[in-house]
Amino acid sequence: MPRRSDLKRVLVIGSGPIVIGQACEFDYSGTQACKALRAEGLEVVLVNSNPATIMTDPEIAERTYVEPLTREFLTLVIEREHPDALLPTVGGQTALNLAVELAEAGVLQKFGVELIGASVEAIKVAEDRLRFRDAMQSIGIDVPVSGLARSYEEASELVKTVGFPAIIRPSFTLGGVGGGIAYNIEEFREVARRGLELSPVHAILIEESVIGWKEFELEVMRDAADNFVVICSIENVDPMGVHTGDSMTVAPALTLTDKEYQRMRDWARRIIRRVGVETGGSNIQFAVDPGTGRMVAIEMNPRVSRSSALASKATGFPIAKIAAKLALGYHLDEIPNDITQLTPASFEPTIDYVVVKIPRWNFEKFPQADRTLTTQMKSVGEAMAIGRTFKEAFLKAIRSLELGRDGVILTQPPTADEEDEASLQRELVVATDRRLWAVFRALGRGWSVDQVHRLTLIDPWFLEQFAQLLELRTQTALVGFRELSADLLRTLKRSGFSDAEIGAVVDVSEAEVRQRRIDTGLKPVYKRIDTCAAEFESFTPYMYSTYEQACEADPGERRKVIILGSGPNRIGQGIEFDYCCCHAAFALREEGFETVMINCNPETVSTDYDTTDRLFFEPLTFEDVMAIIDRERSEGADVSCVVQFGGQTPLKLALPLLAAGVKIVGTSPDSIDLAEDRRRFAKLLWDLGIPQPASGTATSRAEARDVVDSIGFPVVVRPSYVLGGRGMAIVYDAAVLDRYITTAVEASPEHPVLIDKFLEDAFELDVDAVADAQGNVVIGGIMEHIEEAGIHSGDSSCVVPPYLVPERHLASIRGYTRRIARELNVVGLMNVQYAIKDDTVYVLEVNPRASRTVPYLSKATGTPLAKVAARLMIGRTLPELGLLEDLQPTGVFVKSPVFPFARFPGVDTLLGPEMKSTGEVMGGASSFGSAFAKAQLSVGQRFSLQGTAFISVNNDDKPALVQIARNLADLGFRLLASRGTAAFLRAHGLRVDTVFKVNEGRPSVADHLVNREIDLVINTPLGRESFFDDRTVRRAATMHGVPCVTTLTGAAALVSAIRTLREQGLDVRALQDYYAGITQGI
Amino acid sequence: MQAILALEDGTWYEGTAAGAPGETAGEVVFNTSMTGYQEILTDPSYAGQIVTMTCPHIGNYGVAAGDTESGTPKVSGFIMREPSPIASNWRASGSLRDYLVHHNIVAIGDIDTRALTRLLRSAGVMRGVIATGQMDAGELVEKARSIPTMEGSDLVRVVTTEQAFDWPSAPPTASDPTVGELLLAPEREAQRHLMVAAYDYGLKWNILRRLAAYGCQIRVFPAMAPAQEVLASKPDGVFLSNGPGDPAALPYAIENVRGVLEADVPVFGICLGHQLMALAMGARTFKLKFGHRGANHPVKRLDTGKVEITSQNHGFAVAPDTLPSDVKVTHVNLYDGTLEGFRHRTRPIFCVQYHPEASPGPHDADYLFREFLDAMESR
Repeated sequence: MPRRSDLKRVLVIGSGPIVIGQACEFDYSGTQACKALRAEGLEVVLVNSNPATIMTDPEIAERTYVEPLTREFLTLVIEREHPDALLPTVGGQTALNLAVELAEAGVLQKFGVELIGASVEAIKVAEDRLRFRDAMQSIGIDVPVSGLARSYEEASELVKTVGFPAIIRPSFTLGGVGGGIAYNIEEFREVARRGLELSPVHAILIEESVIGWKEFELEVMRDAADNFVVICSIENVDPMGVHTGDSMTVAPALTLTDKEYQRMRDWARRIIRRVGVETGGSNIQFAVDPGTGRMVAIEMNPRVSRSSALASKATGFPIAKIAAKLALGYHLDEIPNDITQLTPASFEPTIDYVVVKIPRWNFEKFPQADRTLTTQMKSVGEAMAIGRTFKEAFLKAIRSLELGRDGVILTQPPTADEEDEASLQRELVVATDRRLWAVFRALGRGWSVDQVHRLTLIDPWFLEQFAQLLELRTQTALVGFRELSADLLRTLKRSGFSDAEIGAVVDVSEAEVRQRRIDTGLKPVYKRIDTCAAEFESFTPYMYSTYEQACEADPGERRKVIILGSGPNRIGQGIEFDYCCCHAAFALREEGFETVMINCNPETVSTDYDTTDRLFFEPLTFEDVMAIIDRERSEGADVSCVVQFGGQTPLKLALPLLAAGVKIVGTSPDSIDLAEDRRRFAKLLWDLGIPQPASGTATSRAEARDVVDSIGFPVVVRPSYVLGGRGMAIVYDAAVLDRYITTAVEASPEHPVLIDKFLEDAFELDVDAVADAQGNVVIGGIMEHIEEAGIHSGDSSCVVPPYLVPERHLASIRGYTRRIARELNVVGLMNVQYAIKDDTVYVLEVNPRASRTVPYLSKATGTPLAKVAARLMIGRTLPELGLLEDLQPTGVFVKSPVFPFARFPGVDTLLGPEMKSTGEVMGGASSFGSAFAKAQLSVGQRFSLQGTAFISVNNDDKPALVQIARNLADLGFRLLASRGTAAFLRAHGLRVDTVFKVNEGRPSVADHLVNREIDLVINTPLGRESFFDDRTVRRAATMHGVPCVTTLTGAAALVSAIRTLREQGLDVRALQDYYAGITQGI
Repeated sequence: MQAILALEDGTWYEGTAAGAPGETAGEVVFNTSMTGYQEILTDPSYAGQIVTMTCPHIGNYGVAAGDTESGTPKVSGFIMREPSPIASNWRASGSLRDYLVHHNIVAIGDIDTRALTRLLRSAGVMRGVIATGQMDAGELVEKARSIPTMEGSDLVRVVTTEQAFDWPSAPPTASDPTVGELLLAPEREAQRHLMVAAYDYGLKWNILRRLAAYGCQIRVFPAMAPAQEVLASKPDGVFLSNGPGDPAALPYAIENVRGVLEADVPVFGICLGHQLMALAMGARTFKLKFGHRGANHPVKRLDTGKVEITSQNHGFAVAPDTLPSDVKVTHVNLYDGTLEGFRHRTRPIFCVQYHPEASPGPHDADYLFREFLDAMESR
């Protein structure tokens, strides 16, 4: 059946900010869906609060709303745009939940919007665990014994029949938030109570444990004619009990017989029919008892998911794109397979390689977090690798994770001395992010596969593969480098060992192994991902490396640019950088280059085979990247490389690649290095006469003390070369400084610590600029932080245009930015961080590369900065692109971060110089207050529009506070203040009650917060004495969801937001309307 | 131990021995199924062929008695990328390697099976030799060139049963109780006692298991059994099985099918049975360049327009334009448009080129057994 002709305009809901459990895989899926719908001639109306997405680029949809993902805002959009249909299946749980809300509130019916892709009924059956269980039982499909509880009393009754261990799953939460496993009644009490609280419907499912069973997923699709296909089977290497997002997974499933697999497939077909997903993709999870083969269905997601993104990347089958077409009424056999072109999409991909995905966690940023892996997802990203064998894919995945020393798995030092048997056993029994490494230590110590299997319940087949790797290691170590035969070297490479890993085994450098390998004539070949195991010709150069006979790279002679991606998502290096890489690719393709992407993150748009002309799904290491470059230029093509867009990952490779003779376009790696090198950079600023905080470098405790003696406390300390503020801290006294230097970062001559004077209570600002080779510089925007100084820029809300900054300072900032860009010979993007204190503008940091704020600023100005930068890098000039003046935002835009604290109970929620947010939202409006309100609503902050405000500010802020306090009083707020602030405000005629600060006595402000007697907090930093007091107040506010602003800019915004919300409410506006009048097409 | 795979076009690959030592020859084909290697090894339709598995990991779950399609491996040889040294599955009774050695199947591992598949895809299937130990590749290439081609080969005589036997009476080999619960439930069961006479051209046991699941008794006849003998058993329906080789090289079988078709009895054919039915009706068959072997081929059922994902294993196909006018095409392959099934316009006679019994592969076409049941019951 051809597509429905009655649909003209489709509303697509995105998934909002990147959070744990819902990351950029939904940008990948959503973008694909939008493109597919538009290719069919439909108009797309898109709503997503996340500006760092490709899907919110104005050319992806007709109408793009970067607005809060709430029922109210969606209703406004629907009212204005009158879509015929809503596609809720490509925006994760967020979009599904919103669709149900809109349907139940009657909004869809009122405006005649049809839900396509999944009905409310289907969503509910799939999402409501009890209904799912009943539905399964009604068609004779086995499920774990379970029951639903709506109170703790019901729960404790139920667990008597379910027994221990019991799984607790809150209804309707993302990525299993609030779920867990209880082995005893005490744990049960805690997890059940938390689950009841976190579930939006206050219900939890208590379920028979199938912990330790083998876990499988099928990615399936169904069309309106009831055609059904399995796109991919995925096996979880970590057995049941660990969330699939936290499991190492492999595709295809490797330990199922055909009979078992077909039974699973039969069930999947019955399940999708019963749940009633009429068109589109679903993910269905199964558990198999390894001892008896008993199989149970665990759950189903009636939408695209993280696993479907993985399955798409693993097979080359674009699930989201096809799902969008099916929703329009097409049947699978009417849609061509892009890759083979001649065959239809109504088939099941078969793969002739192995795909391994390993999650990446960021526990180092949350030291108090429980690292145990359970049914609640905790990882922030993942790396995927492809090899011809499991061993090869596994080792490639490990090195794709970029874990540095922590990633070393084959040559972990022998642990017999420091690690006793009992503690190793414990590490094997309790799944954590480090268990895999413990498995290798145990096998390396000679523990048998059986023994390790009994402790971990990981299938012996996988353990045997690990043991084979260790056996190869041992064999190689025995032989040594001199005697290493060509045969053994070939076996090692075929098994996935990197040159560096071989070097570590035989104690020589990576370079020596590399030389030997090249002398031996061993180099990787590239195989294509073609959905059909080579049965048909493929037309999509989507490739992976392996050590085999035949190479299918077929590189050609066109001039090309290789874009290095940003690897697995992690806090500090996320979707923003992938966004920039994609934009660079789009621009360079338009400039006539053949574009080549190298990346290993399956969640991203950059690893969509549509994004570049050629895609290599490969680890971002020197060895892997260099091999691709060599192959790509083997036919004489002019090959250059772009390292500016992918964050720290490609930057680390810049100098080695340059040394190997690779042409790097844009700002020279030396300039990048100069900006990173504090000493060289301090001298540069000095020479330019630009103020900077006093600073120094220390490689020991004594040196650190010397530095501080000359610059004074407080100081900001950090290891050199970090992203996302890893290991950064603000230090107020010598004892903490000593501890930091000696234990936290282990400073040494190779790893110096950078010490900067901390500018207390300064304003901070961020600038992104683009510069061309002729020295023209255009400033993309000056972003004013709304949080106080000392909070990582990625964790700080910010606003463009700046709000309370005098023009003379803005002029200095523009001038400094131009001078620095010219001095560094920046070609492309540059980010500068400034602080204003005591009427002086200081430069804190310069990064001559794409920054986290580039997508946000691009959305705010309507100018795609990363595309501009890419064009400049290949020789275009700013005047050629029509960019003669600094960019102006098209409205007021506020960016706010989102944090993963809810997933890590007990973790300190305080912000500091180390970045902790996972994602961001943007609020846009014509006034600061409205934009701020939208941003806050988008991150889920609730406002009280009346009540009590607590105010405590430093002396510098007091004069400006009066108006804000008066406005609050006018709005009817009762004012509470600390003693000094209260006195000051009273002197200005305001009625204020005094309240104790935390250390002054009780009840203190913190007590009032706990009692929910305070509805908003204005607390600007008061300096060293009150540092800890402030922290306590802010922590209490965060824990109780009370808005807490730490700058007067923020306070003014908050007050104005409250006024707007009370007086006129908020309106929505499409990006396309903001941009009316701006020349597009850059 | 080293091993070599040599092809008639002069290509050869070096790998390691992964089964019995020795030398073997056959037509080299590839199968793209990701599961079911044991079913493939034991499928008699692979007689005379060396099968390349495109899925790199083979042997992971070992072998189990219930996963056999004919008791013993029937392939001439086996080609893999990465054979598994261990078997990991609750049903496994042993490792694949031991199984291959025990049944004297020569196999080779460590081969760039994707390169080989691409070669077979572009050059067509070809004759090849696997030999273990220190061998001269040039000599092996010569040997590959000297073996008979598949066209004109009667391999059915090699694999058909010598004696007629009943199923599911005394199981012909050790049964595997674990298989039972893994089997697909039938759409329905026979309303009355039904007897199916099945011609064994290289019959896969899962066909018998499916017919039995639907409640049929089956008597299996050798390929050479005359039609009168088969019809004399008073069957409610006659089944024509799958099997190896060139259907046009089986005049006796075509003759017997013609005899069966003349009788007033429902007839159902699968694979070679489908080709023989076509030949018996006067149509022609031809050899495909590289055949269909796998578990993911989309087939369109023309009466409903629905797509079935099918299990396939054939190197020859029926030319649809040579079919007589009293049959209609019922199924078409969506990959290449080849004929996948036809049915007599008025009589209960139908057949498919692919494998509704699956094993390995999806169960999408299991309804064909029910249709056979319907046809038998409605007489």
